[in-house]
Amino acid sequence: MKTDTLNGSLDLLVLKILSRRGALHGYAIMLAIEEVSGEMLRVEEGSLYPALHRLEQEGLLKAKWIVKENGRRARSYELTALGRKHFAAEEARWSTVTDAVRRVLKLA
Amino acid sequence: MRWFGRFLNLFRKQRIDEDWAEEMASHLAEAEERGRSVDEARQAFGNALQHRERSRDIRLLGWLDALASDAVFGWRQLRKRPAVSVAAILSLALAIGATTAAFQLIHAVLLRTMPVADPQSLYYVASTYIDREGKADYRDEFDYPTFVSYREAAADRAELLVAGMTARQEAVLTPGAEPERVYRQFVSGNLFGVFGLQPALGRLIGPNDDLKPGGHPVAVVSHEFWMRRFGGDAEVVGRTFRMAGTMWEVIGVGPKGFVGSEPGAMTDVFVPAVMNVEALNSPGWSWFRLWVRPKPGVSAEQARLIMQAVFRRRHEEGLKNFAADTPKAVVDRYMAEELVMLPAQSGVSDVQRQYRRPLWILSMLVGLVLLIACTNTGNLLTAQAAARTREMALRVSIGAGRWRLVQLVMVESLLLAGLATALGTLFAAWSAPVVVAMLQVPQNPVRLPLGADWEDWGFSVALTFFVAILFGLAPALRASGVKPMSALRGGAESHSRRRTMHVLLAMQMAFCVLVQFIAGLFVSTFDRLSNRPLGFTVERLLVADVQARKAEPRQSWEQVVDHLRGTPGVQGVAMASWPPLSGNRWTLTVRVPGIAPEARAPYALGVTPSYFDTMRIEMLGGRDFHATDVPPRLDEAKRPLPGKVIVNDAFAQIYFHGENPVGRVIAVRLSKDQASDAEIVGYVRNATYSDIREPMRPMVYLPMEDRGHVSFFVRMAGEPAGAMQLLRRTVGDVRSDLRVVQVQEQSAFVRWQVLRERLLATLSLFFAIVALALAGIGLYGVLNYAVTRQTKEIGIRTALGARPLVVMREVASGPLAMVALGLAIGLGGGVACGRMVESMLYEVKATDPSAVLGPVVVLVLVAVAAALPPALRAARIDPVDSLRAE
Repeated sequence: MKTDTLNGSLDLLVLKILSRRGALHGYAIMLAIEEVSGEMLRVEEGSLYPALHRLEQEGLLKAKWIVKENGRRARSYELTALGRKHFAAEEARWSTVTDAVRRVLKLA
Repeated sequence: MRWFGRFLNLFRKQRIDEDWAEEMASHLAEAEERGRSVDEARQAFGNALQHRERSRDIRLLGWLDALASDAVFGWRQLRKRPAVSVAAILSLALAIGATTAAFQLIHAVLLRTMPVADPQSLYYVASTYIDREGKADYRDEFDYPTFVSYREAAADRAELLVAGMTARQEAVLTPGAEPERVYRQFVSGNLFGVFGLQPALGRLIGPNDDLKPGGHPVAVVSHEFWMRRFGGDAEVVGRTFRMAGTMWEVIGVGPKGFVGSEPGAMTDVFVPAVMNVEALNSPGWSWFRLWVRPKPGVSAEQARLIMQAVFRRRHEEGLKNFAADTPKAVVDRYMAEELVMLPAQSGVSDVQRQYRRPLWILSMLVGLVLLIACTNTGNLLTAQAAARTREMALRVSIGAGRWRLVQLVMVESLLLAGLATALGTLFAAWSAPVVVAMLQVPQNPVRLPLGADWEDWGFSVALTFFVAILFGLAPALRASGVKPMSALRGGAESHSRRRTMHVLLAMQMAFCVLVQFIAGLFVSTFDRLSNRPLGFTVERLLVADVQARKAEPRQSWEQVVDHLRGTPGVQGVAMASWPPLSGNRWTLTVRVPGIAPEARAPYALGVTPSYFDTMRIEMLGGRDFHATDVPPRLDEAKRPLPGKVIVNDAFAQIYFHGENPVGRVIAVRLSKDQASDAEIVGYVRNATYSDIREPMRPMVYLPMEDRGHVSFFVRMAGEPAGAMQLLRRTVGDVRSDLRVVQVQEQSAFVRWQVLRERLLATLSLFFAIVALALAGIGLYGVLNYAVTRQTKEIGIRTALGARPLVVMREVASGPLAMVALGLAIGLGGGVACGRMVESMLYEVKATDPSAVLGPVVVLVLVAVAAALPPALRAARIDPVDSLRAE
């Protein structure tokens, strides 16, 4: 798979996870990704952060510093209204595309 | 907004980095908590630096960050070599300043769109004609009866407007105060409406203010005048003031930015056209321009044809008044005239008409100077880049992209250009008004709003980028093309660099020669015109323009002349209808028995006895007029009566084959069918008449008739300037009812005749000097650089026994060959451009050997002067020192 598609799917995954589970910090998001996609989308853990920062810069996420139970600070991300809307649109687009691909594969 | 957020991040760089570090630490800590080892966690995290860079790029608008650091770096580079930077900035600033000033002038005079509704559909009307020299020209001034006839014909298909010539008037704005000068424009009642203008205060002149001749003494003051003279006082509406013998009521203030329809003039007071009562029924009294706005659905051509039909009909009627023996050429010329409609979106004025070409020519020269300055800076930077090859190579080898290097150099160029533009704008702000002052005749100063628009600022910004690209791009691309290996090894100087510099040098020389060439043409034009023999002596000659209440016989004017003669310091006094070179013309149709009528009628002027003596026009034969001489004329019963005339040499040449014409009788036509006999009593040398550029034409002097307006000529024994007041007082003493409108030296008329030539000569000379200085510096720079780069080589050659002269030749031959090439190209271009400026020249041709020789000599001298110091330095290189230095 090409990187940009992968990036696209990573974005989508992040948005999906956050839309389901509300606010999460970086490590929790990474765990969730692992849980959902197994090894398939496993990338360097660090590359999650530029992606999060980009989504934040684009106004799809907002972030704030929280204090975890153990007293450590962590940066927690959640969807903005714009992010929610964007996600809905993206989800719809992806399912159309994947449907089409599935049909093509069946036909062949 | 998001972009702005990233921009702000630039200033929060440190916080962002700290945030990142903490977020990563938090991630790793959690990984450890969940049972991974430190190493394992770090490995899983991946390349932390890379992730941080990516993240930071996202947040920081990466290139902007780089740009800022490039700017800081560029600034340091500029400061590291102050002499070069200052030289580059100053020469660029001069060129950019001149360019900016030229643009501001052209914009203000020729290009600025009028602040009115739908300016693209506005036109003005002109009638074409063939002038006495056989050149096509047009008139764009109309009389009121003509306007009325066109307006009736166009009725519902086009709006016709009267836009009067802006004229200076005396007005008493506050009761009892001294009269002030205001600029007044007559406008038709529909003008403000058709222009779609709204008053800033009160109301504007409307159709109902333009109905009854003399019945609407109302005025609208311009916004600019309102602010300047009344300080923006709202009470101005309803005020009355006196102007030209009428009390006017101010009914409103015009919209901001609207100062009339004539670029170069600014109207203070607008008044209804019907208030110009005497002119309304006077055919042939032209006092306004006729503007047209076709109604929706009517094309400009349709509107033109409507008026053209009327024009044609009136012309055919006019033809009936031609004498039966009128030469066919005159009739053909007359019937070939037609009406045209010209776009008026940028206004219409005499200033535009007179200075359109000169301004474009000057802007071309300015453009050349700008190119020279750019090539100069380009060469400096190229030489500079040579010194920085190692730095660039180092940057490439540690991973800087090529594009990044281009950006680095371009930012530096932009800094240079930006500083130069800032300085240049100051220069323009100073110089543009100086040039405007050179355009004007004292009675009618040119008034221009300069450099106020966004277009002017936009031009400056665009110019900065343009200039930076022009001189910076080549060095930038060169820098990016650096080959790290050879450069770091201290490899040989690249030949392509030297080639670039040589090409730039040749270009620079070509531009420079072109500027010298054109400047030479204008300077010699100005020189020839101002030294042209006038046929009379202008020194110590005063001209007083005197107005009586009504036309008076010559005898009553002579009283004043007699009185003036008795004034101390006065050598001679005479009168004429108007002064020579004042632009007035009068032609007389004459018939000489046995000679076919000329298509070009001779000029005529009414004078009094001793006119020739006072003017120092030599009598070639016969006698001066006597007080009793009368011109050929019609008596009360319209019967022709004979008279006396004096003719000039050119007249004798054309009509009498150069024989002495004294005693001969010619017929002077006084109306369509009537002619009087005129005896030639005298014969004088040629003198210029109306236009200093015109060759000497046949001319007839007649005894001056009854006039209400006369010019007095007073030849003083000493300095005339102080005598002006005396002259005014003396006239007032003799006849208190006479008004001295103006007293001038006759030399002023000569000066005003060559105003345009003086402007072109002065400015082009200035640009020529600047261009020469820049080109000299450029050549010196290139040679100096060549010597520096080749020090070692020259040292070896000298050590091997090369003689100094040979060394000098080796060093200088390349660049000097480029100078020669540039010279040839520039001259070729000059001769080609000569055509374009031909109409601005007088007795000078682009192909004259002297025109070609001048620039060559000047440039060769400058080239030698610039090349000598580096060449001498090369010859004096000591082999031992040069080899030790490496």
